[in-house]
Amino acid sequence: MEKKIRVLVAKVGLDGHDRGAKVLARFLRDSGFEVIYTGLHRTPQEVAMAAVDEDVDVVGISLHSGAHLALVPKVINYIREYGGNPDEMLILVGGVIPTDDIVELKKMGVDEVFIPGTPISEIVEFIKTKLPEKRKKNES
Amino acid sequence: MTRIDEKRREWEEKCLKPWLQKAGQREERFETLSGVEVKTVYDPLDIEHLDFVKDIGYPGEYPFTRGVYPNMYRGRLWTMRQFSGFGTAEDTNRRWKMLLEEGETGLSTAFDFPTLMGVDSDDPLADGEVGKVGVAIDTLKDFEILFDGIPLDQVSTSFTINPPAGIILAMYVAIAEKQRVPKEKIRGTIQNDMLKEFHAQNTLVLPPEPSLKIIVDIFEWGVENVPKFNLISISGYHIREAGSTAVQELAFTIADGMAYVEAAIERGIDIDRLAPQLSFFFNSHNDFFEEIAKFRAARRMWAKIMRDEYGAKDPRSWWLKFHTQTAGCSLTAQQPLNNVVRTTIQAMAAVLGGTQSLHTNSFDEAWALPSEEAVRVALRTQQIIAYESGIPNVVDPLAGSYYVEWLTDKMEKLAWKYIEDIRKMGDGSMLRGVLRGIENGFFVREISDAAARYQREIEEGKRIVVGVNKFTIEEELRIPILKVDPEVQRRQIERLKKVKAERDNEAVREALEWLRSAAENDENVMPPIMEAVRSYATIGEIMGVLKEVYGTYKKPIII
Amino acid sequence: MKVEELVEGLLSGNRRALARAITYVENEYPESKEIMKRIFTNTGKAHIVGLTGFPGVGKSTLVSKLTEEFRKRGKKVGIIAIDPGSPFTGGALLGDRLRLDGMDSRKPLWTDPGVFFRSMSSRGRAGGLAAKTGDVVRLLDAFGFDIILVETVGAGQSEVDIIEVADTSVVVMMPETGDEIQVNKAGILEIGDIYVVNKADLGGAEKVERWLRYMLSLDEESVQMLSQMTHADEARVASGEFFERRKGWCPPVIKTVADKGEGIAELADAIERHFKYMEETGLIEKRRKERVKRELFEIVMNDVIKLVKEKTNYRDVIAKLARNEIDPYTAADMIVEEVLKNAKER
Ligand code: B12
Ligand SMILES: Nc1nc2c(ncn2[C@@H]2O[C@H](COP(=O)(O)OP(=O)(O)OP(=O)(O)O)[C@@H](O)[C@H]2O)c(=O)[nH]1
Ligand SMILES: [Mg+2]
Repeated sequence: MEKKIRVLVAKVGLDGHDRGAKVLARFLRDSGFEVIYTGLHRTPQEVAMAAVDEDVDVVGISLHSGAHLALVPKVINYIREYGGNPDEMLILVGGVIPTDDIVELKKMGVDEVFIPGTPISEIVEFIKTKLPEKRKKNES
Repeated sequence: MTRIDEKRREWEEKCLKPWLQKAGQREERFETLSGVEVKTVYDPLDIEHLDFVKDIGYPGEYPFTRGVYPNMYRGRLWTMRQFSGFGTAEDTNRRWKMLLEEGETGLSTAFDFPTLMGVDSDDPLADGEVGKVGVAIDTLKDFEILFDGIPLDQVSTSFTINPPAGIILAMYVAIAEKQRVPKEKIRGTIQNDMLKEFHAQNTLVLPPEPSLKIIVDIFEWGVENVPKFNLISISGYHIREAGSTAVQELAFTIADGMAYVEAAIERGIDIDRLAPQLSFFFNSHNDFFEEIAKFRAARRMWAKIMRDEYGAKDPRSWWLKFHTQTAGCSLTAQQPLNNVVRTTIQAMAAVLGGTQSLHTNSFDEAWALPSEEAVRVALRTQQIIAYESGIPNVVDPLAGSYYVEWLTDKMEKLAWKYIEDIRKMGDGSMLRGVLRGIENGFFVREISDAAARYQREIEEGKRIVVGVNKFTIEEELRIPILKVDPEVQRRQIERLKKVKAERDNEAVREALEWLRSAAENDENVMPPIMEAVRSYATIGEIMGVLKEVYGTYKKPIII
Repeated sequence: MKVEELVEGLLSGNRRALARAITYVENEYPESKEIMKRIFTNTGKAHIVGLTGFPGVGKSTLVSKLTEEFRKRGKKVGIIAIDPGSPFTGGALLGDRLRLDGMDSRKPLWTDPGVFFRSMSSRGRAGGLAAKTGDVVRLLDAFGFDIILVETVGAGQSEVDIIEVADTSVVVMMPETGDEIQVNKAGILEIGDIYVVNKADLGGAEKVERWLRYMLSLDEESVQMLSQMTHADEARVASGEFFERRKGWCPPVIKTVADKGEGIAELADAIERHFKYMEETGLIEKRRKERVKRELFEIVMNDVIKLVKEKTNYRDVIAKLARNEIDPYTAADMIVEEVLKNAKER
């Protein structure tokens, strides 16, 4: 049996913009992923623990609060702290993220950032091609 | 009418049909943005069932389809009110003064997330969020700085805040006291609409029932103390931005409005005293005529509801006054200057729909909070409509358009259907119906489904978004982006510490105890909140007491 | 991770190892057999409680409140929540995690080290469970949870599979759909060790409660007559299997208002009482025997089929069968013979 790709869609911090995250979760499900949506107002610890316990392949963080540079690295660090390995997962960020910050986020270990207007089909494609690529690279 | 009917048939047969056979059409079915099917052309037969005097009439008169004032913008233009705030109180004060200088005519406050959610800047949950998407407010001290040099007897201020709305109102009153402006004179609006938070905006702290109780406390206190202040802004804006259709926006907003009125009546508040202090807030999206129809339908519905259902006597109580914001969710990150055009169309719809005040979004909407340059263009857009287009010179100029009247009526009918369903859920009570709909996920499900439909249409290319799924280009971002100084958090926490060190902590403790006992004994919480604010209690401390008494709320997941 | 690492980690309380082991087992990775072999002797300590019932009756809310309650009683709680997965796209939304919030929503229960929550997709499978639920439960058991709560898919069909993994089956109902139709649904009356009438705040709960008590007091024959059963369940009821499970235990009916926490302590008491009862009467052993028997036969069956595929010319036999040249019984005899002969050779 082909392993199903498990994706965590997370809202972190006080941000209440859930339209994008929910639409994304729905479409990922319809594209054959197993999607775990955390709901709103999660702390970085909670998101990281969900990622590790649920042993997801993709950690997707949706942010519209401008707090991405503070919160995303925290999530990644806590995943490590709880024994997870971010190098085995795809770490994706989406939402309202200015161009300069995209560069910063990638330096922090984010694999890709998706801004408003990105077709979800593009996100699906990205996961399907980049997840095996990243895993292969990590193994060697 | 029979002549018209004959003519219509003849035209369809002899003129339209052969044309269609030859030239065809772009689509098989044409719809509004909300999915209402529209015909090729409208004629008097489509509005035959409407009575001009009863259903349309004149502005300033029941049912107010054409506007709440007799001469509308010929008297006074709408208030140009740009939603704005970021960083510390100093930063926002500076931006406000710039906007006033540039011709803005009212203030509108955007708060940061910690403030919106009722936690202090030094709370671990606030880390990274202080001052990011609005101004950081912890205590009255911040408000003193925010309103420095802004005389409250000359300006009206709107506050987009919900769970801590009562606290913010108390702070505004306290500033008025300090400026020696009688509180009876201050003008403005607190959003204070928790129902739509549960449906759409998600600044959620307390459960629905206590949230509603506090709102009614604010009504009760407000009619006595701040009679010129709008005590609530019953908002469809957020419902629409979360993905709803225009019809759902209209229906759910009116339903919420009815729920508030019923809650106030249950408390024994005189509806004719409260009604003038109710205001509304709608979205203006891309479908020009649909939006205009929605605004006109809203006014007509509310007039009927207030007069006929709730028995308000004073014609002023039948008015639906509203603020409009153009649709942020229609604006794109790609080719940002296109957003100026979208916003212009939406702003025109708002003005043609008779709005009382207007916020126009900036072209950098999908990138960050507005830069100075972007917000200036947004404000200028309003000013151009106001002073150059001639639109405001005639009241409700689209009345009598077969299409607009038909669509107004259609919107109203579709909205009523929803309202009746909600009433049924509450066994005849709109208040219970709305609460039940929150509990069983009705509203969230309706809105989410609509949002998914919208997205699907974009993904499939059925809905064209210029610059996003058609007419795209390779581009690099070349617009300035507003950056909030990362030092804001540290500075704000320092100020908070200082205030806490200098205030009379005994007075704070007493005020908070008073608040606790008021909440526990089902008394009005506004007097103790007023006292707590005056003694420089923090928003987090005040909300903290309410959370302890009422518990907190976690939204069920409905995708 | 290597199998040794996983097993060692899991047995020494490493959550990450547990999480990964579940993935291996759920997806039937080649390593999963080895993992199950090595942890098996560490299982059999936990009390496995299944919750089943129609969609939206409040299973997740009950799980959340029960978790809180059992934590208060000093027990470590593992939770498996199964959500429906589409048989067509294979996709699933596993969202129940959220409802697991304790009183202080700033600290959701699932970040409590004494609680482990895992969602699984049914992946289109009928019966309310995911294919590997039983093994995943064992992993949690071996990890050291005292109580393991399993929430089945609420699909409204016959979710009777829960009795195959649970020691105690809790059937959840609610007033609004609480008419005869719901109660008569196949298997519902037979599988429950405990019945919950949730949403007692909505009114009409007494009616369901009365009806339930009445039905539960009837003997097995009358129930059979009253119930409308699917073929599969009919056979099982006829075999007396369901009622055998329950002999001597009269299933309590408990009213709850899950979202307000009312009735939760009573429910937890009943669950504990049922466990004690099973221990005292030896029922637990009997049930577990039934379970391992079923599992063993399933494994054996799979192995045999594998042998058939490896060691016989079953394709030829099938071809003959399809042409009606031989009958299925003769065909089976042929294959069994061939397997026995060839398997011995090795
Ligand atoms: C809709 C909206 C709202 C709605 C939210 C409704 C809801 N329940 O979601 C309402 C009106 C309630 C709202 C309120 C506020 N908003 Co608002 N809002 C927007 C708006 C206009 C659109 C967002 C949206 O939903 N788009 C549609 C969805 C489908 O697209 P999306 O979320 O971008 O998702 C796409 C991609 O980004 C990506 N994606 C998103 N998440 C993820 C995650 C992963 C893992 C991946 C792979 C991809 C991905 O995929 C999606 C498909 O393409 C944006 C501006 C804009 N145009 O983007 C402002 C915006 C986000 N809001 C903003 C602000 C400030 C607020 C408020 C804080 C205002 C205030 N001070 O009161 C409040 C806060 C409310 C709250 N509790 O959070 C600012 C944020 C500024 C910043 N980050 O610097 C923005 C950018 C507007 C602005 N320029 O000022 N808002
Ligand atoms: N009025 C009332 N509502 C309840 C009660 N218990 C749960 N609910 C609500 O019922 C809804 C469904 O509850 P869940 O716990 O998700 O039900 P479920 O059985 O797990 O649902 P599925 O997993 O989708 O089958 C939620 O909105 C709960 O808040 C109760 O005792 N009374
Ligand atoms: Mg559930």
